[in-house]
Amino acid sequence: MTAEAAPTAPSAAVIAPALEMRGITKRYPGVLANDHIDLSIAPGEIHALLGENGAGKTTLMNVLYGLATPDEGQILLDGQEVRIAGPSDAIARGISMVHQHFMLVPVLTVAENILLGAETMANPIFLDRAEARRRILELGQRFGFDIDPDEKVGRLSVGWQQRVEILKALYRQARVLVLDEPTAVLTPQETTDIFAVLRRLKDEGHSIIFISHKLYEVLEIADRITVIRRGRVVGERLPSRTDEDDLAELMVGREVQLTVDRGESHPAEVALSVEHLSIKNDRGRETVQDLTFEVRKGEIFGIAGVAGNGQDELVESLTGLRRPAGGRIMLDGVDVTHEGTRELHERGVSYVPADRHRFGLVLSFPLTDNLVLTDYYAAPYARGPIRDDAAIRVRAVEAIEQFDVRTPSPDVAAGTLSGGNQQKLIVAREFGRELRLLVLDQPTRGLDVGSVEFIHRQTIKKRDAGTAVLLVSAELDEVLELSDRIGVIYRGRLVAVLDGRMAEREQVGLLMATGGREAPPTPSGGAREGVA
Amino acid sequence: MVARVRGQLMVPAGAIVLALLVGAVIIILTSPLATGGFDPTLPLVTYWAIIQGSLLSVNGLIDTLVSATPLILVGLSVGFCFKAGLFNIGGQGQFLTGAVTAAAVGGVLSGAPPFIAAPIAILAAMAMGAVYGLIPGFLKAFTGAHEVVTTIMLNYIAIQLVAFLIQGPLRAEGSSFARSADVGNSAIPVIINMAGGHQAHLGIIFPFIAAAIIWWVLYRTTIGFEIRTVGANPDAARYAGMRPRLLIVLAMSVAGLLGGLAGASEILGVSGYMPAAYSTNVGFDAITVALLGRVHPLGIVFAGLLLGAMRAGAGLMQIQAGVPVQMIDVLQGVILFFLAADIVVRRVFRIHAAAGGVEELSTVTGTYGGKTTVSQP
Repeated sequence: MTAEAAPTAPSAAVIAPALEMRGITKRYPGVLANDHIDLSIAPGEIHALLGENGAGKTTLMNVLYGLATPDEGQILLDGQEVRIAGPSDAIARGISMVHQHFMLVPVLTVAENILLGAETMANPIFLDRAEARRRILELGQRFGFDIDPDEKVGRLSVGWQQRVEILKALYRQARVLVLDEPTAVLTPQETTDIFAVLRRLKDEGHSIIFISHKLYEVLEIADRITVIRRGRVVGERLPSRTDEDDLAELMVGREVQLTVDRGESHPAEVALSVEHLSIKNDRGRETVQDLTFEVRKGEIFGIAGVAGNGQDELVESLTGLRRPAGGRIMLDGVDVTHEGTRELHERGVSYVPADRHRFGLVLSFPLTDNLVLTDYYAAPYARGPIRDDAAIRVRAVEAIEQFDVRTPSPDVAAGTLSGGNQQKLIVAREFGRELRLLVLDQPTRGLDVGSVEFIHRQTIKKRDAGTAVLLVSAELDEVLELSDRIGVIYRGRLVAVLDGRMAEREQVGLLMATGGREAPPTPSGGAREGVA
Repeated sequence: MVARVRGQLMVPAGAIVLALLVGAVIIILTSPLATGGFDPTLPLVTYWAIIQGSLLSVNGLIDTLVSATPLILVGLSVGFCFKAGLFNIGGQGQFLTGAVTAAAVGGVLSGAPPFIAAPIAILAAMAMGAVYGLIPGFLKAFTGAHEVVTTIMLNYIAIQLVAFLIQGPLRAEGSSFARSADVGNSAIPVIINMAGGHQAHLGIIFPFIAAAIIWWVLYRTTIGFEIRTVGANPDAARYAGMRPRLLIVLAMSVAGLLGGLAGASEILGVSGYMPAAYSTNVGFDAITVALLGRVHPLGIVFAGLLLGAMRAGAGLMQIQAGVPVQMIDVLQGVILFFLAADIVVRRVFRIHAAAGGVEELSTVTGTYGGKTTVSQP
């Protein structure tokens, strides 16, 4: 952590690369995961690795981290060929990885977490906590984040937990940092903060591999961008000479419409009417208070809000998983406040849950069973109490075809599919029937561009077929792109309802963050329809 | 399909092979006690004697089927619960409840016509077993009490309940020790009767019928699909509009019913009465059976037959090899050890996780801690 801090010149091409991967090839049975991939990263460079799910990014990083042995190719660190035997070897050589899912122990303090596996010892028995604290404080100051080494990690926000992960890497004297989708769990503000940290690291001469599929972020932070598709490098770009459309096309291999044309909507009569709804969470706190809104047939109503402002409870109530504490839910004029999941399903309410592994799928079951998870008991999939496997299979084959689920067979376990295909499976099940109300909770979280485009298109199609759509998403862009009207939820209350075509990103972002208390006194334009 | 079945067989087969090897080491190390000196061939003699005593004679086969009957029935009970995400350690209690019910009803009906007496006694035992399974199921579904804890407690209660009933209200008059009355006409008819006391009662077909029904329910009916869904992912079950609480109660009741049937077949088919100090390990042996059978009804039948054969061959083993019958318990324990720590078996035989069905792996290993919990709505 002392000698490497020297080279800071930005002209990356002249300096010998800090890390070079040459001709990396990795075959798995039936798959060529990496096909002669070349990647070189200069000291003090942020290098973005861009690619769809399954493109081979993870395999390449596993090779770098010693988790997979390449069939061909070399890895060079500072021009020296190295053979990386495993993660501990990689760490010893100054390569660290910050995983998308943090590897932290919530009940331990920041210092204890950082020390895990890299213990600074005062003597063979006891830790040198004082020295460790001193080094952590020093590192924190140097990279612009003051962190209390004695705070329990479980009490930190996600953004700060990520900083602890980065500190962990720095404490181990990492020179090459791999960040796997670091912004996936962060709010826009936290993302800005972490970018500031990354820039400091870069200025100190660290090399950063930044894995993401959020194009605008990559364009903002990266010095160079390498795009991978189907195991091959398909292009290298400088952010100044490319744009989102170009990158998306490289990633997917065809022209992609990043913003699906939502077209004209033709809202008809009210389908869903929520009246003075209040809902308690598991701890008995009222997380939704006096909520009132309507969703019409043929319209997408987006709910924007920072995660944890009552969206989960609202969605659960609308789908029968949670009983409201007060108020009414009306569907086509019928009071359905106290109906359960099955009754609502039979009334034509479909639900794409945010957590597809926990709620949406049974990962160990084959696709066939998952495609009838909500309809298994009804004709034609069952006659009385007896399942009709032939009918289930017919439906599965049809749905897989219609919704373009990529799978070797309808009989493989759902858990073997990629995230995008798993979500398509759920969409196939939930969209593929007559609907009155479609509830989408974070429908594209963690998906690649191609899958996002597909799901957005299908949503518009459903809307145009006269379905009322309620879209809940923490991705502000998604809400802005798809919604005909946008409701902003803040601390369990709807603080504004805006026209989806007129609403501006900053305005909605501000409402999400403050609830409108600090909003300008006169709303700009005619965007603000009404304030609940 | 073939690859899938083969994948399912690899781990159990590996566990058996490793258990036989560990058993061989133990047999050699203890061989001075049997033969007066170290005898490296003793394991072969021992295993050959077990095979001879269980499979290579009509008497052996009869004994195998009779010993396998309760193992398979309770194994199905444990396996059915695994499918629902529940760990039923209450096989012993459910078995004892059924057994004492069969002894009581059988004793009362000992003079009734056999075609009426036996079925009534069996059905009564099944009903009581089901009630005894319903209790932990209800506690789990509606209070969240963990079934591992409650079923173990209910085992102790059942043991004491049996002792009380047989020493008290059910004690047969004129016997020298505490036992229930002879079941007489309520006995399950003997279908094969060989010389030397080797008898097979009609109850040896129960496990096969039960396995077929359980398989059909699990894989061909909607209720079976619901049970498997609750076991694999209770949240997804709730999302899909299923009722996990009801399914948990149902699964535990069916498990109790099977345990009750096993108890009835032992009392009405083998012993003919019940002593106060009736002791059985069947609830725990059944866990081995269920895991060895990969929680599949067909697998459980084979696993039960295997363990039944080991028990049937134990006598001849002791006579021919001089190895005490307790060696069977050792082998069974080692098998269970390797099944629980299947990673060892996978390493030794280089079995990849993908070779086995994803479903079986997740539901079996997921339930040691009792995965199925129902959050309050």
